[in-house]
Amino acid sequence: MNVSSVKGSMSISSSTSTWKAGDTISDQFPAGLRVLVVDDDPTCLMILEKMLIACLYKVTKCNRAETALSKLRENKNGYDIVLSDVHMPDMDGFKLLEHIGLEMDLPVIMMSADDGKKVVMKGVTHGACDYLIKPVRIEALKNIWQHVVRKRKNEWKEFEQSGSVEEGDRQPKQSDDADYSSSANEGNWKGSKKRKDEEEETDERDDTSTLKKPRVVWSVELHQQFVAAVNQLGIDKAVPKKILELMNVPGLTRENVASHLQKYRLYLRRLSGVSQHQSNLSTIISAQDPTFGSLSSLSGLDLQTLAATGQLPAQSLARLQAAGLGRATAKSGIPITLVDQRNIFSFENPKLRFGEGQQQHMTNKQQVNLLHGIPTTMEPKQLVSLRHAAQSIGNMNMQVPPHGAQSSQNNPLLMQMGQQQQQQQQQSRGQILVDSTINHAPRLSSSMGQPILSNGIATNVSSRNGIPENIRAPGYSQTPSMLNFPMNHASELPGNSFALGSTPGVSILTSKGAFQEDVNSEIKGSGGLMPSYDVFNDLDQHKLQSWELQNVGMAFDTSQHSNSLQGNLDLTQSALGQQGFSSGQMNGHNRSAAVASKAMFSTGDVKELGSAQNVNQHLNNLLVDNTIRVKSERVCDTSPANIFPDHFGQDDLMSALLKQQESVASSENEFDFDGYSMNNIPV
Amino acid sequence: MDRNRLHNQVASMRRSLFDQGYLDDQFIQLEELQDDTNPNFVQEVVTLFYNDSTRLIQNIEQALNSRPIDFCKLDDYMHQFKGSSSSIGAKKVTNECTAFREYCNAENAEGCIRSFQQVKQEHAILKRKLEVYLQTVRQASQTA
Repeated sequence: MNVSSVKGSMSISSSTSTWKAGDTISDQFPAGLRVLVVDDDPTCLMILEKMLIACLYKVTKCNRAETALSKLRENKNGYDIVLSDVHMPDMDGFKLLEHIGLEMDLPVIMMSADDGKKVVMKGVTHGACDYLIKPVRIEALKNIWQHVVRKRKNEWKEFEQSGSVEEGDRQPKQSDDADYSSSANEGNWKGSKKRKDEEEETDERDDTSTLKKPRVVWSVELHQQFVAAVNQLGIDKAVPKKILELMNVPGLTRENVASHLQKYRLYLRRLSGVSQHQSNLSTIISAQDPTFGSLSSLSGLDLQTLAATGQLPAQSLARLQAAGLGRATAKSGIPITLVDQRNIFSFENPKLRFGEGQQQHMTNKQQVNLLHGIPTTMEPKQLVSLRHAAQSIGNMNMQVPPHGAQSSQNNPLLMQMGQQQQQQQQQSRGQILVDSTINHAPRLSSSMGQPILSNGIATNVSSRNGIPENIRAPGYSQTPSMLNFPMNHASELPGNSFALGSTPGVSILTSKGAFQEDVNSEIKGSGGLMPSYDVFNDLDQHKLQSWELQNVGMAFDTSQHSNSLQGNLDLTQSALGQQGFSSGQMNGHNRSAAVASKAMFSTGDVKELGSAQNVNQHLNNLLVDNTIRVKSERVCDTSPANIFPDHFGQDDLMSALLKQQESVASSENEFDFDGYSMNNIPV
Repeated sequence: MDRNRLHNQVASMRRSLFDQGYLDDQFIQLEELQDDTNPNFVQEVVTLFYNDSTRLIQNIEQALNSRPIDFCKLDDYMHQFKGSSSSIGAKKVTNECTAFREYCNAENAEGCIRSFQQVKQEHAILKRKLEVYLQTVRQASQTA
C-alpha cells in the first residue's frame, strides 16, 4: 500500500492506513484494510470472513475474544478495525470492546442477531463505532472502512488543532464525559479545569508540531503505565501532559494520552457507575486494576458536585475521593487504602454506595494507599489520619471484641458488641458500630449515649459506605477512614468520648492517640463525609434504628454496665475537658473533635433510645456539623452548610451545630443535653 | 442436454426453496460469495451450519429437560442458534427460533417445548432439501 503522506510525516505503521484524513487516500483503500473478526459461531465466522475477503480486506478471524485480544496485543499495529459479536461464551463482546478501545484504540463494530434497542444502545455507550444486525450482509461490510477513516481523521484533528482548541474541546468533553471526575477532585473543579487548560495548552502547542502521529497502540503494558501515572497524579491532576511525563514513553504524544484518558474515563465510568456517576472518580483512582475492574462507583458526582460548588474544600474532596476510591478499589479488590477512600466517598453517596456498598472493602488495612490516585489536594497526613480515624472507629466497632479487654467495665458489652458486630457486619455496616457504642453506653442516655450512638452511627455511616466489609472481616480494624471520622472526633477528644460509657469507647480510648492526628485530618475530611452521614442515616436508618433500639434495650437493661459506663463517661468527660473541649476552641483537630463529639453528645440523648435513631441521626448530623464546622473553622471558612448542600438542611444543621457548640463550650463536662432537640436537624 | 436439464433442475429447486420460504435473501448472499476461488463455499457453509447446529440443538434439549428450566440459558442457546440459522438464510428455521424465544421470555415451558419441536422439524426438513439441492448443484457443475 502506498503511504500517502499528506502533511508530511505519516508514519502510520500499517501500510493500508497511511493516509491523512482529508488528504489523498491511497487508491487501493479500503482494500487491504486489516480486519480482525471475532465470533464464536463458526458458521457466521466463516461467512463473515468470506465476505470480508470479498471486500478485499485482509481478514484475521478468531472464535474467542481472548484469542482476539492476544492477537491484538501481539501485533499492536497489525489491525485497522475489529468486528466482534456481542454474545460470546468466554467474554462479553462489550467487554472486549472496552478493552480494545482502551488498549489499542481501534474502531470496533459490534454484531448481533439481537436488534433490541437496549443492546444497540449498549454498543453505543461502550464506544462501538457501529452495530450490525445479523445476518450481516456484504453491503454492510463494504463500508466499514469509513470508521477507520473517521477515527484517523479525529486523531488528526486533535493533533493538528492548537492546544487551546483541543484543550477547550477536551476539557469540557472530558469533564462532561467523566462527570467532572477530574475536576471534582480538586474541590474546585473550575480551578482545576483552568489549571488544566493552562497546562495543556502549552503542551498542545508543542505537540502540534508533530504532524501525523503514528497510531499508538495501547498495549497492556503501556496502558498499565498510563493507569499508574493517572493514579499517581490523582484524578484531578491527571492531565495528559503530566501523565505523559510520568509515563515517559518515547514517541508518545500528549494527544495520544489525552484521547486515551478520555476513553479511560468513559470506560471507568461504565464499569463502575452502575447507577451513579461516580465512576469517574473511582475509575480514575482505581486505575490500579489494569483491567479496570471494578471501580466501585464512587460518588464521583457527589464529590464533584461538592467540589464544584467550591464548598467542599479540596482536602475534603480529596478525602472523599480517597474514600470513594477506596470504595471503588474495594470493588476490585484494590488495597485497602483505597477502601478507606471509599469510605469517604461512601459518605458522600451513602445511598448509592450502600446499594452497592456492600462490596466495599472497608477493611482496611490500614494504610492503604489512600493517596493512591487521590487527588493531590489531599494531604497524605490527612489521609493517614483519616485512615486512622477510620481504623480507630473500626477498631472500636470491630475490634471491640478483641479489645474488649480495654474497657474492663464493658467487657461484657464489648464482647457482646464484638459478637454482634461480627454477626451484623454483613448487614448493617454501621450497626455494629452502633451496637457497640450503644451497648457500651447503656446509660448514657445522656449525651454519653449519644456520642456512642453517634460513634456508632458515624462508624455506621462510614462503615456503611464501605465498611460493611470491614465489619465483616474479623480483623477489620481498619475501618475506613471515613468511619473513623466521626468516631475519631469523639474518640479523640478524650479519646474517650466514645468510651462514654461504652466499651467501644474503650478501643477508642486506646486509639486515642492515633486519632488525634486522624481526627485532624478527618475533621477536614469530614466535611465531605458529613453529608454522607446523613445519608446513611437515612439509608440505614431503619437498620440503625432497630439496632439502636436493640442496643438501647441492652443499654438500659444493663444497669451495671451503665455504671461502668458512667464511669467511662466521667472519664471521657474529663478527658474532654482536658482536651480543651470545653474551651470551645477549635484549635487543632482535637478541639474540633471535641466539639464534634460534644455536639454529638449533646445532640444525642441516648436516653431517647426510642429516638435513638434520631439521635443517631442527629449525632451524625452533629458530627457532621461539627466536623464540618471544625473543618470550616480550621480549614476554610466554608460554611458547613455549603459543603453539604444537598444532604442536610444546612441551615438547620448549622444552627444545630452552633447550638451544640455553644452548649458544648459552656459545659465542659456536660453531656446531658436533654433539652437539646435535634429534631430540627433534617435527617 | 443433461447439463441443461440439471441446471434447470437446480434452478427450479432453488426457486421453490425460496418461494416456499425455506430460504431467504441471506442465502443469496452466500451464493454470491461463491466464486472460482471458493467453488464450494455454499456447501461448506451449509455443512458447517448443520454440524454446529446439532451441538446447539443438543444443548437446548438438555436445557429443556433439566428441571427447573433455566430460561436464561435457553434463551442464550436459542439466540446463538438463531444467529447461525439466519446467517445461512434458513428462513423458516429462524422464524421458529423467534417463536421459541418468545415462549422462553414468557417462561412458558410448555410453549418452549412445543416450539422447539417445530424448530427441530424445520431444521431437519431444510437439511434434507438442501442436501438434495446442493447435490444437484454439484452434479450440474460437474457436468460442465
